[in-house]
Amino acid sequence: MKDVVEITDLAVSFATDAGQVQAVDGVTLSVHPGEVLAVVGESGSGKTVTAKTILGLLPETARVRGAVVLSSKDGTTEGDVAQMSAARLRQVRGRDAAMVFQEPSTALNPVYPVGWQIIEGLRAHGRYTRAEARAEAIDVLRRVGIPDPEERIDHYPHQFSGGQKQRIVIAQALVLDPGVIVADEPTTALDVTVQAEILDLLRRCRDEFGAAVVLITHNMGVVADLADRVAVMYQGKLVEQADVRTLFSAPKEPYTQQLLAAVPRIGEGLARAHERAARRPEGWEEQAPVVRARDLRIVYPGRFRQPDFVAVDGVSLSIRPGEVLGLVGESGSGKTTIGRAMAGLTRVAGGSLEVLGVELRGVRERTFRPVRSKIGFVFQDPATSFNPLLTIAECVAEPLVVHGRAENAADARGRVDELLEAVQLPRAFGARFPHELSGGQRQRASLARALALDPELLIADEPTSALDVSVQARVLDLFDELHRELEFAALFISHDLAVVDMLADRIAVLHRGRLVEEGTGDQVLGSPREPYTQRLLASLPVPDPVEQAERRAQWQRLRGAGA
Amino acid sequence: MTTTVEQPAPETTSKGGGSLGRYIAVRALLIIPTVFILVTTVFVLMRTTGDPITASQGGRLPPEQLAERIHAAGYDRPILVQYWDYLTGILHGDFGTTLSDHRPVTEVLTTFGTATLELAIYALIVAFLLGIPLGRLAAFHRDKAPDAVLRVLAILAYATPVFFAGLMLKLVFSVWLNVLPVAGRASTRTELTLQKVDNPTGIYLVDALRTGDPAVIGDVLTHAVLPALTLGLLTAGVFLRLVRTNVISTFGAGYVEAARSRGVAERRLLRKHAYKPALIPIVTVIGLQIALLLGGAVLTETTFEWKGLGFQLAQYLQARDFVAVQGIVAVLAVIVAVTNFIVDIIAALIDPRVRY
Amino acid sequence: MADATELAPPTVRRSWWTRLPVVSQLRQSIGLQRGMLIAGLVLAAIFVLAAVFAPLLAPYGYSQLRDAAGTFGAQQPPSAEHLLGTTVGGYDVLSRVIWGSRTALLVIVVAVTASILVGVLLGLISGYFGGWLDRVLVMIADAIYAFPSLLLAIVLAIVISGGQSSMWGGIFAAALSITVIFIPQYLRVTRSEVIRIKSEAFVESARVIGAGHVRIMSRHVLRNSTRTLPLILTLNASEAILTLAGLGFLGFGIEPTAAAEWGYDLNKSLSDVTAGIWWTSIFPGLAIVLVVLGLTLVGESLNDLADPRLRKRAAGPEPVEDLGVELPAGQQEGEQR
Repeated sequence: MKDVVEITDLAVSFATDAGQVQAVDGVTLSVHPGEVLAVVGESGSGKTVTAKTILGLLPETARVRGAVVLSSKDGTTEGDVAQMSAARLRQVRGRDAAMVFQEPSTALNPVYPVGWQIIEGLRAHGRYTRAEARAEAIDVLRRVGIPDPEERIDHYPHQFSGGQKQRIVIAQALVLDPGVIVADEPTTALDVTVQAEILDLLRRCRDEFGAAVVLITHNMGVVADLADRVAVMYQGKLVEQADVRTLFSAPKEPYTQQLLAAVPRIGEGLARAHERAARRPEGWEEQAPVVRARDLRIVYPGRFRQPDFVAVDGVSLSIRPGEVLGLVGESGSGKTTIGRAMAGLTRVAGGSLEVLGVELRGVRERTFRPVRSKIGFVFQDPATSFNPLLTIAECVAEPLVVHGRAENAADARGRVDELLEAVQLPRAFGARFPHELSGGQRQRASLARALALDPELLIADEPTSALDVSVQARVLDLFDELHRELEFAALFISHDLAVVDMLADRIAVLHRGRLVEEGTGDQVLGSPREPYTQRLLASLPVPDPVEQAERRAQWQRLRGAGA
Repeated sequence: MTTTVEQPAPETTSKGGGSLGRYIAVRALLIIPTVFILVTTVFVLMRTTGDPITASQGGRLPPEQLAERIHAAGYDRPILVQYWDYLTGILHGDFGTTLSDHRPVTEVLTTFGTATLELAIYALIVAFLLGIPLGRLAAFHRDKAPDAVLRVLAILAYATPVFFAGLMLKLVFSVWLNVLPVAGRASTRTELTLQKVDNPTGIYLVDALRTGDPAVIGDVLTHAVLPALTLGLLTAGVFLRLVRTNVISTFGAGYVEAARSRGVAERRLLRKHAYKPALIPIVTVIGLQIALLLGGAVLTETTFEWKGLGFQLAQYLQARDFVAVQGIVAVLAVIVAVTNFIVDIIAALIDPRVRY
Repeated sequence: MADATELAPPTVRRSWWTRLPVVSQLRQSIGLQRGMLIAGLVLAAIFVLAAVFAPLLAPYGYSQLRDAAGTFGAQQPPSAEHLLGTTVGGYDVLSRVIWGSRTALLVIVVAVTASILVGVLLGLISGYFGGWLDRVLVMIADAIYAFPSLLLAIVLAIVISGGQSSMWGGIFAAALSITVIFIPQYLRVTRSEVIRIKSEAFVESARVIGAGHVRIMSRHVLRNSTRTLPLILTLNASEAILTLAGLGFLGFGIEPTAAAEWGYDLNKSLSDVTAGIWWTSIFPGLAIVLVVLGLTLVGESLNDLADPRLRKRAAGPEPVEDLGVELPAGQQEGEQR
């Protein structure tokens, strides 16, 4: 059968303040009917631009060369999207190719009911009576798994959960029975347990609706779970193309090899944890803990007499000197809140939280300030973690100046150079401004700042979640290296079980503000006791298509049991 | 004039998941401090200059007589006592009595308020009819010729002081072309006819329609054209810019691209997807334009001798009658606070996120 | 990692003047936006030049009624002696228009400076500390913001000058009454910026480090929250002129013997218009329109350029991650584009 999409020698460039920027360069790619083609790449690889080209959705500032031939599902019509008139483009959008977006909350118009938005797509492509269109919309909502579609069709987007919204966005795509669905990072904004459900639905798009799926993603686990064929992109170019098993088992290009090697896998951290445990002196376990939380409760007061929001409730945990505690949970689990409370950024409402010998419940800033010099903090977002008006050297020197170890930034320069060297940044970077560094470089500098005062406790709040996988791998390695050298205790917060596994001695799993399970990596990830942990673990796709197929079966059993 | 940098945050964004009923109640309670602040500000400002009697009569009366009058009016009492009197008066709807013509401010309000209301309605009609469709047009043809022309016109409408715009319209249509009357709300004959109407509403067009005399209706309408255009154009320019900016920014939203990816036509994307979400902040900001409109009304009325509150205010200012000024300004403060409340409720009603 | 310096993003340091506000935006702008910005800047420049060189440019003084040839006469149409005619009070229209720019500029400078100083300080404190002080300040600011600014200016003009009008008295009365109206605007804008900045990681980082409030506010928050000020400044400057003219038109302006003021001249020309005398009103009015137009064009263009949603062109690309990856041969030369 004929390919639904045939991209030939595609090149896309954008006009920016800094001149023309080449986003896609010489890409040739085709999508077969009824297959899932994953386009994989890190930020700046041009994968999203390539995907948007299929529907002709690029902004006016884009210049496109090459051909993107789109065929209808029955193969009767075809046309080059790059050359189409606006009217023709409108016809093929939705009918021949549909799109699923990264953020379901922005892809739905907040002021119209979801049914209205599905019917609008139907009516743009054919004549339907009101009743027919409504029946179609209800039907498709049911098929994507929205309960009570007869009633829910008239609800507004804000009345649905994130996962349900993504189902509705997929329903909007499916209702027109397109030949190809372009899914741009469809699960990136979702929690891992929801992600598994959406991936399952996308698989049904292929199996039950017969649509080809172009899956744009940076997540190799997602690729292993869903894709039939994989195209790897790097800096606007197509690096490698292969079917999924071949690519994972025998990647040809060095970039693909490195990318796959960089993906964290559960179980890798085990060896490291054992090694660390072996190095520890006798009696280590009896040392007084650096952090001790007992029945910790943290509450965000509600505004306008709304009920208070209990972010953390009844959590007890401790971190001993030199130990890394990994804190894992989905969004809203309270993991970040606990980290912020330890750094004195959020008030403790109940229970007890003792950090370096100071009780934080009801603590005064004056009492806590001396302790602050023994705490380092690495923030999640490298884009905002530095004052844009100060140089990197000034930012890194800030803790030294505040705690009187140096007169000013110039005075601290010697120590700053040492620190930059320790995080493997060239000294010359000290003179740069934050926006002149890449995300990974900024996160290293952030680590340098956190370590400036040689802290006893380091709190790292999702330090790598904004980074690409290969950069993440390097930052995690660096973290491990520094930890071995400096032996600080650390709280490592992440939503990614595999990342936590790489670094943590012990892992604590949070769910809706409560501690579900705690233990060593062996215990928690090897043989989880609690059903929530089991479900979390089973939902996490592993970057290996063969193993993932088995895990999927297991996940489906667990889901069946849970329902 | 609102800058487009920071759209005044509508209360609707912080409503959490509250019900509409509670939102209205909370919002209604907020009127009280707002009015209190404005009324107090006006009182404090006006009275730091001294007492109103010295201000209006000072130098014209011998000192003993002046002191006598001040005592009679109670302006020699401690300032806090006077403030308390003023506040309790306002609570009972008493905004004081003017010095120059000894009329209660509330009476001035009912006599002249209708004229201002009539003018404001005309102006709003002009502004809505011109500003909103043209704003959508400019957004649709963004950065092309029609947009450029409309934007410059909108800025011009804002840059022209109302009284200058009024003078120019007068010069062209009343003096040079001689097709429209120079000033006033109606010709003397019509004024006399309208006074004979039973229970006059004070809104001339309504009263004229009740007479059923085409000549009277025509006379009232021709008098209204220039003032309505003058004040309406100013507001239309503001509306145009607001609509344009908001529609353009919602036009870039994810859901518009999503609808485009389903093959929805561009014109419909603009009309349905971009316009309605843009409308919610627009309504709130339009509510704040009531201040601009009232300020403009004072100038427009003075220019066209349109005998409304603004015109009267200017008269009292000339007469240095600060009791009247203080009273009228306080009344306007209440009107502004209540209008903003109503507008916020309308914004909440069209936003499904608040309704449910 | 040894090769990081070579692979690091190219750091193009532009000369300092291109990074100034307005200049940098002028360089960013394209097409229609650029045209509007340039037109606005030209009008604004003419206005400032006229104000500075008024004594050289104006043929007569602003309160001059006669020259060697005798009195000018009232309401004289434009002629060789009086290019734009004379007013009902017998002043030379052209001279008053030129001198009027000086008054307007002084009012703008005083009003904008005073309101920025007070407004930014209050906004910083209000946004940074929050709590009841913040709530009270915001409520007052909102109340004043919603109120007709012209009416407030009238009240303030009465308070400040009692309707009196020496040149500086009049200028300060106008400027200060405008200041009071603008303070809430600066407070709101600065406050919302401060609240945004306050939750950014670099400020939290300073808190974790243990930096004091004063250090955080001055070193980290303040300088980062003044991004939108140039834009509000231009918009407020134009509003200042309109308010000054409105005050003048209602009779709270500056006496003609103290200084030239466009609003006052327009007030005096009210009856001229009915008599068909056009030159006394058109020229001062046009002066207002052109100056406000120029400043607003600058403000609008800055706004468009600052708001990513209104900009058509993206900023430059993000610095590239250094992955140390060898691209397959044959694809390398593509990089040297």
